[in-house]
Amino acid sequence: MIPNQGSPVRASTLALRFIFFVALSILLMAGDRDGTGLRQLRSFFAVLGQPIVTLAELPARLGGALSRSLKSANDLQHRYDELERTHQQMMFRLQRLEALENENTRLLALLDSARRVTDRAMVAGLVAVSQESFARTIIINKGTGDGVYVGQPVLDAYGIMGQITSTNIMNSHVTLITDPSHAIPAQLSRTGLRIVAFGTGDDASLEIRFLTPGTDIKAGDLVISSGMGGRFPPRYPVARVLVVNHNPNEAFLHVTAKPVARVNHNREVLLVWPGKTKDALIAPSTSIPAPQGETKPTSPQEPQTP
Amino acid sequence: MKINLGPLARSNLVIASTFAVALALSLIPWPHWALAFKPDWAGLIVIYWVIALPNRVGLASAWFVGLMQDVFYGALLGQYALAKLIMALIALRFYLRIRVTPPWQQAIAVLGILLIGQLVVLWINHLLDKPSIGLAYWSPSLVGAVFWPWVFVILRDIRRRGQVR
Repeated sequence: MIPNQGSPVRASTLALRFIFFVALSILLMAGDRDGTGLRQLRSFFAVLGQPIVTLAELPARLGGALSRSLKSANDLQHRYDELERTHQQMMFRLQRLEALENENTRLLALLDSARRVTDRAMVAGLVAVSQESFARTIIINKGTGDGVYVGQPVLDAYGIMGQITSTNIMNSHVTLITDPSHAIPAQLSRTGLRIVAFGTGDDASLEIRFLTPGTDIKAGDLVISSGMGGRFPPRYPVARVLVVNHNPNEAFLHVTAKPVARVNHNREVLLVWPGKTKDALIAPSTSIPAPQGETKPTSPQEPQTP
Repeated sequence: MKINLGPLARSNLVIASTFAVALALSLIPWPHWALAFKPDWAGLIVIYWVIALPNRVGLASAWFVGLMQDVFYGALLGQYALAKLIMALIALRFYLRIRVTPPWQQAIAVLGILLIGQLVVLWINHLLDKPSIGLAYWSPSLVGAVFWPWVFVILRDIRRRGQVR
């Protein structure tokens, strides 16, 4: 490299330019503080940087294409057989699903509750993973152009993964439930106890906090979404309790749970529009009058999903 | 097809391409266990160009690259921009001295600059009440410094081939 004399003009304006950019940075940070203020600006740059995102996707796409073309006929046959078996098992369990759903609807109606409807879902592909250490966010390839909105729940085949925290036309950021800044309102499937599951930055564990010793919770319990707050549709699996520890020096139990969604391994995720089937909106609640001579059982209303 | 770009435009294109590749590299999903060892590619490349061509790549370029990082990572706008800005300032201050040392020694200076960049990001995260992680947080800078000699050689090659001025 040829040594270069720093020109005097450069040196004297260096301090000025530095201060200018520092001020600009602080301005941006202040404006972006609440997360939504500079959304337009962020969106603009995100669209500008779209080629880079596409570039980042390239190796995965090429790798996928390559591995697909290299798979031997034998491998494909094995995979096919395996999928067929799984499919048969699923179909078998599904047979009962419709009957159970109808029965459930009837029972809920007896309790004077609104009929639960299926949620509309769309598949999205994972484009990139946030590089910030211990932030657990991913970027997917669907954006406002596809109807994605901030706050929308994101799932995979097994359970809840997280929610959309920012969007632009073509991509969106998803904050996973394992992100340290994320907390999901949940309940224990077994007992109905309402709890909150916090992300810790660790991909394999969530923390359930603020439970007093003596709470009925044990390893193996299934944690499902409670629907409180209206962000996540209720009754979707979130995690399974791993460890319940009581340290006598602490006021609360130390409970960790493992997310059921494959938060780390997914290439595809599901975006959900809670309460909207492909064709219809939420159905009106039905109620069946009590038979003569009996009193109708009173019960709390099911939480409405927006 | 030969596109006739002036030497200025071509230089800018080459430099911009290296930044684009660095940003793309930082976005690629790495396996879970390797996440802690992902170096700050954009940082390494900013440091190289500031040292090699301080009149071409300076505060503004570094700041803009940092801003793009903010957009891609979903971080607070201006956070990584400020970090890159400060990194570039230090590189600009010491580029003459860094240039004359062999690459493996440069790696030590690079380590310092990368750590300072991470420190700025950490401070802002503290202000935002984001949780901190402990010693593992700093490993990307270490890995970056280890990669520096290779980054240096590759980019120097690109600079010479592309006649970047």
